[in-house]
Amino acid sequence: MLKITDLHAGIEEKKILKGINLEIKAGEVHAIMGPNGSGKSTLASVLAGRESFEVTGGSVAFQGKDLLEMSPEDRAREGMFLAFQYPVEIPGVSTTNFIKTAVNETRKYRGQEPLDAVAFLKLMKERMKLVQIDQSLLSRSLNEGFSGGEKKRNEIFQMAMLEPKLAILDETDSGLDIDALRIVANGVNQLRSKDNAFLVVTHYQRLLEYIVPDFVHVLYNGRIVKSGTKELALELEEKGYDFIKNELLVTEQA
Amino acid sequence: MSNETIQYFKGLYTLSAPDAPALKTFSGKSMDDFSKWGLPGPKHEEWKYARVASLFRNDLKFSVEVPSVSESDIDPFRLPGNGTATELVFVNGLYSQALSVIRHPATDIHALSMEDAARAEYGDFIAQNLGHSASYHPDGIHALNGAFAGKGLFLRVKKGRILEHPIYIYHVTDSRHGFPFAQPRSLVHVEDGAQVQVAEQYINIGGQDSFTNEVIEIVAGLDSVVDYYKIQHEGPLANHVGTTHIRQAGKCLTNSVTITLSGGMVRNNLNMIMESEHGESHMYGLYLLAGKTLADNHTIVDNVKPHCFSNELYKGIMDDESTGVFNGKIFVRKDAQKTNAYQSNKNILLGEKASANTKPQLEIFADDVKCSHGCTVGRLDEEALFYLRARGIGEQNARALLLHAFALDVLANIKHEGLRTYVDALISERLGFNI
Repeated sequence: MLKITDLHAGIEEKKILKGINLEIKAGEVHAIMGPNGSGKSTLASVLAGRESFEVTGGSVAFQGKDLLEMSPEDRAREGMFLAFQYPVEIPGVSTTNFIKTAVNETRKYRGQEPLDAVAFLKLMKERMKLVQIDQSLLSRSLNEGFSGGEKKRNEIFQMAMLEPKLAILDETDSGLDIDALRIVANGVNQLRSKDNAFLVVTHYQRLLEYIVPDFVHVLYNGRIVKSGTKELALELEEKGYDFIKNELLVTEQA
Repeated sequence: MSNETIQYFKGLYTLSAPDAPALKTFSGKSMDDFSKWGLPGPKHEEWKYARVASLFRNDLKFSVEVPSVSESDIDPFRLPGNGTATELVFVNGLYSQALSVIRHPATDIHALSMEDAARAEYGDFIAQNLGHSASYHPDGIHALNGAFAGKGLFLRVKKGRILEHPIYIYHVTDSRHGFPFAQPRSLVHVEDGAQVQVAEQYINIGGQDSFTNEVIEIVAGLDSVVDYYKIQHEGPLANHVGTTHIRQAGKCLTNSVTITLSGGMVRNNLNMIMESEHGESHMYGLYLLAGKTLADNHTIVDNVKPHCFSNELYKGIMDDESTGVFNGKIFVRKDAQKTNAYQSNKNILLGEKASANTKPQLEIFADDVKCSHGCTVGRLDEEALFYLRARGIGEQNARALLLHAFALDVLANIKHEGLRTYVDALISERLGFNI
C-alpha cells in the first residue's frame, strides 16, 4: 500500500529525514517510535503533504501512485489520512459542515454521487458512536474551545467518516488521559480491517497497549535504526531510548 | 474644482429650488457651502484615500428629471421577501413615487417625497432635523447633496409600530444613456417605540460609470429599535460616497451592517450619534474587495450623553490590487461618563498588491469610561488551510470556507433571514465556493 524508499526531507537548510525506508501492506499496523526531535512528526507531515517541508530525495508510492507529486487534497482523496498532533481551531466553520464538504469532495473525486442530507446524517450518527462524540460538539465551530481529548476524538471521528486506506496517527495519545485514550484506541480498533493500514506515531508505548501494532520501528536522527514486533516497544519502554543510542554507538565504533 | 462645475450645479439648483420654507433655507445654505468648499481634494485629511475630486469627471450627468426606468429593469435586483416588504425606489438619485410600492398599511408608515412632506404636516420636523448632523462633514460633497434634498424621500415609521417586514430602498443608477451622477437623500423618522429594518440596495443598470453621492439620516425615537443594512455590489464602475447619520433622539437600540462587495471608489461614512443616556448601538461592516476597488469606511460614534454602549466590528478581505480603508472615530464628550465603546477592525490580504489602511481615532474627554480598540492585518492562516486540504477539500474551497468563516461574524448580524441568505449567497459566489 505504501512504499517509502530512501526518503530525505527537511525544512529550509535543516535536514531532518535522512533516508527512510518503510513498506506498509494492507491490513497492517505499524508503529513509529523515537525520542523527541528524531523526525517522527516530520515524516507524518511529509506524507500528508505539508508544504513547509521540502523533500530532497527518495520516493513514496501510495497504492502504486507517486504520492509526492500529489496535492494534499488529492492524497486525502486517494485515501490518506493524517490525524493531527495539534488539530487546528477554525472559528465559523462547523464540524458537520466541514466534514460534509470533505466527504462530498472526496466522493466527487472518486466519481461517486454526493451524499444527500439523509444519508450523510445516517452515516454521521453511526460513526459518532465509535468515538462517543456528541452531536452538540459537531454543531460547534471546528475544534474551537474543544478540550485536548475532544479534539483527538474529533480527529478519529473524521477518520471514521472518510474511511481512509492509510491512517497516520501523529502522537494522537499526547495530552490524553487514560479514559480518552481508551475511547480513541477503541475507535481505531473498530476501523481496522484487512483492507486498510495504520501508521501510529508515538513517543510512548502506552498507546500500543490499546492499538496493538504488527511492527514497531524506531526512528532516530532521521533514520529507522531498528525494526521489530510489538515486543520492541516494551523493550524501549523498559530501557528507554538511551539503549538505542548506546547500541548505535557500539555499532558505529565497531 | 472648476468654477464651471459650481456654475453647473448652481444652474440646476435654480431650476429645482424648493419652495417649501422647511427646505428652502437648508438647500440654499447647502448650495452656498458647496460653492465655498468645493469637492474635497487629496490634501483633505479625511479624503486621503477616497479621491472624490479626481473621479468627478466632466461628462457626469446630473439631472433633476427622473429618467424612464421600468419595473422590470429593477426586478432582477429586488431583495428577498419583496412581496411583503415596502420597496422605495430612487432613480438617478431622485425619489420615484411611481416605481415605489408601499406594502405596509398607512397605520404603520408614511413614505413620500421630501418636497411633499415639507409642504404637508412634516414641515416642522424637516426644518428641525434635516441636516442636523451635517457638522460632522464640513465638506463640499456632503453639502452638494443637501442642495437637492427636496428630490429625496421622507419616511415616517409610526409610533409603537413593530414592523415585521422590512423596508427596502433601491437606488437605481441608469447608465444606459450617459454617466449619471445621483444624489439620493432620505430622512427617516422612527418614532418612539417603533421597530423597523431598513435595507439599502444599489443597482447600476447599464454597467457604465456612475457616481452616487448619498445622504440618509435616521432619527430614532425613545425605545425604538432600528436595524439598518447597506448592501453594495454595483460592479467596478460604480463610484459611491454615502453618508448615514443615525441619531438616537431617545434611549434606543440601533444596529448597522454595511456590506461592500464591489465598486470603483466606495466611501461610506457612518455616524452613530448617542444623544440619549443608556443608548446602545452595534456597527458591523464587511468589505470583500477585488480588482482595483477602493472601499473606505469612516465611522464616528459620538457619545454625547452618559451610560451609552457601542460595539463596532469591521472586517475586510482584499484581493488583487484592492484597497481597504477603515477609520474609526470614537468621541466621548466631557459629560458622557460611563461610556462603553468597543471597536475592532480585522483585515486579510489575499493579493500581493492589495492593501489595508486602518486607523482608530479615540478622543475621550470624560474620565470614567471603558473604551477599547484593536486592528489586525494578516494573511490567510496557512495551517488552517492545510488542515482542510488534508481532509480532501480542494484548495479553492478550503480558502472559500476560511474566508466565509471570517466574514460570518459580520454576516450573522443581519437579522432578517431572507436578507442574510441573500447576502451569504453573494459572498459564497464571490469566494468561488463550489461543491
